[in-house]
Amino acid sequence: MFYPLLTGTLDYCLPQVRDFYGNISNHWFIGGAQIQVIIEAQDLKKTFGDIIAVDSISFSVKKGEVFGFLGPNGAGKTSTMKIIACVSPRTSGAIRVFGMDPDNFPAEIKMRLGVVPQETNLDPDFTCYGNLFTYSRYFDIPPDIAHQRTQELLEFVQLQEKKDVAIEKLSGGMKRRLILARALVNNPDLLILDEPTIGLDPQARHLIWERLKLLQAQGNTIVLTTHYLDEAARLCDRLVIMDNGKILVEGSPVDLVKQYVGEEIVEVEKTEDVLSCLSGKNIPFEVIGEYVQIATGSSRDVVRTLFDHCSPHKVLTRPATLEDVFLKLTGRKLRE
Amino acid sequence: MYRFWSIPRITRRAWKVWHRNLVVFFRTWKVNFFPPLIEAFLYLFAIGMGIGTYVKEIDGIPYVNFIAPAILAISVMNSAFFECTYGSYVRMYYQKSFDAMIATPLSIEDVIAGELLWGATRSVLYVIIMLPVLAAFGVISFPTYLLAIPLAFLGGLMFASIAMCFTAITPSIDTLNYPSFLLITPMALFSGTFFPLTLLPVLFQYIGLAFLPLTHLVAIMRMLTLPALTGLLVLHLIWIILVTAVFYIVAINLMRRRLIV
Ligand SMILES: Nc1ncnc2c1ncn2[C@@H]1O[C@H](COP(=O)(O)OP(=O)(O)OP(=O)(O)O)[C@@H](O)[C@H]1O
Ligand SMILES: [Mg+2]
Repeated sequence: MFYPLLTGTLDYCLPQVRDFYGNISNHWFIGGAQIQVIIEAQDLKKTFGDIIAVDSISFSVKKGEVFGFLGPNGAGKTSTMKIIACVSPRTSGAIRVFGMDPDNFPAEIKMRLGVVPQETNLDPDFTCYGNLFTYSRYFDIPPDIAHQRTQELLEFVQLQEKKDVAIEKLSGGMKRRLILARALVNNPDLLILDEPTIGLDPQARHLIWERLKLLQAQGNTIVLTTHYLDEAARLCDRLVIMDNGKILVEGSPVDLVKQYVGEEIVEVEKTEDVLSCLSGKNIPFEVIGEYVQIATGSSRDVVRTLFDHCSPHKVLTRPATLEDVFLKLTGRKLRE
Repeated sequence: MYRFWSIPRITRRAWKVWHRNLVVFFRTWKVNFFPPLIEAFLYLFAIGMGIGTYVKEIDGIPYVNFIAPAILAISVMNSAFFECTYGSYVRMYYQKSFDAMIATPLSIEDVIAGELLWGATRSVLYVIIMLPVLAAFGVISFPTYLLAIPLAFLGGLMFASIAMCFTAITPSIDTLNYPSFLLITPMALFSGTFFPLTLLPVLFQYIGLAFLPLTHLVAIMRMLTLPALTGLLVLHLIWIILVTAVFYIVAINLMRRRLIV
């Protein structure tokens, strides 16, 4: 090799790890246990001209946790992911990833990241194998290790049969799985997944869920965005719901459901009888299209009241879900 | 105002991008090696043997020998320029390769520097393929013509950097046709390539020397292949190095402005 024109600048200088307040070390001690903070963001803001994509949000992600970003289209999820991934500079505020500032130590941070971007960007000049192998080179992984790791990862996402197939001959879901494999070539400590399961069939989605759980069990920290709320509820230890660049709420899926909706939902067909009867009984409800929704701690009581007094047509009870929280907080109006 | 002049911080990781392009190039080497070979033959026969029958000599030099260095220089220009306009644009815009690369420890500066180094390397490869053909026809002189190889790298880097500036500001792939037709094609004809610059009106000679990068590349190339080395070589070389440095820096900064938002 020859390097006449270039000089290494940051390659060999090890960063000093400082925490959010500038102290060396990035450990927090809470209740005697050591909790390592992987991402810490304070008043993070991102603007594109007049558009405020991320509006002064603060959050922190701890080691080993799966942290979700939910929100309607244009909420600012991808913008946030890109700031964490050191590919888009913040406009203002502070952020530390592994205790380092993305503005100052992008290469050091990215060395330990695995990123699944929202938009698939596999290299069409290479096969599946070639994509993973070439990507490994960018992380300074020696060829023999890269070769072995590539084989393992193709198996991990069940694409070993497609090893020598060109990217353009893969289905959308296979591409998505390959991108997940690509994000893992450098054994990352932090995974940033922007809608990892978009366009996947149920089988592939379950496969990815299982893989993510496995990665979490190995100590990985995962930050993900998704529009599938069942997926978020299943995977995330904690999540935030964003809208218009702001964080509306933060918490575990179970807690959020309990806090913002309740235990169960009773849905009953909307009739004049039902409406006046519920108002008369002082039971809070919400009208959604042709249905009336009642959030409650005890569906039995509500259903009994309905049948005893309101002569309902169709009644359905189900557990409250994250989707109810999401719709309640972000409204039912479609985003442009 | 964005800082077009700030010196970009480039690491040796740029060679990884260079290597990626090299691998793709050699995987389809049959397609890639053919054009420069054909080009060398075409120019030699059509212009050298064709026009050369009427124009026997220029300044006492056989006409074919006069245009041989121009064939090399034009090839250096074309291969680097088209690689870093259409080639880089496709990788940037359609394949989203740069987005994928900057998610790794590579920075955008590394990526663009790697692309430019690759553009220059492509010029070198083309010259290496063409040299034996020209040598076989006896129109270039050993051993000075071997210096055309390092010169191809420098000239290639210059045209790659100029090309990347256009790639960084072009709204679409179609508008890349403008620099190709308005800059590259005229330059290939009026840079002392197929007839000496001195045949042009004096004003145009000055314009050619001041603004057309190919003029200087052809001049040095001709000194090497005839050979006819003079002290002027140093001046031409300085011109090329300065212009290369400026466009190299501006290209990377413009690309950064385009891609890092
Ligand atoms: N490069 C850009 N230039 C200008 N505006 C942008 C750019 N990227 C994002 N935006 C704007 O920033 C806002 C947030 O976009 P972002 O992509 O972060 O949303 P998101 O939450 O990821 O949405 P989705 O669920 O549709 O992926 C949107 O209003 C979008 O139009
Ligand atoms: Mg998004």
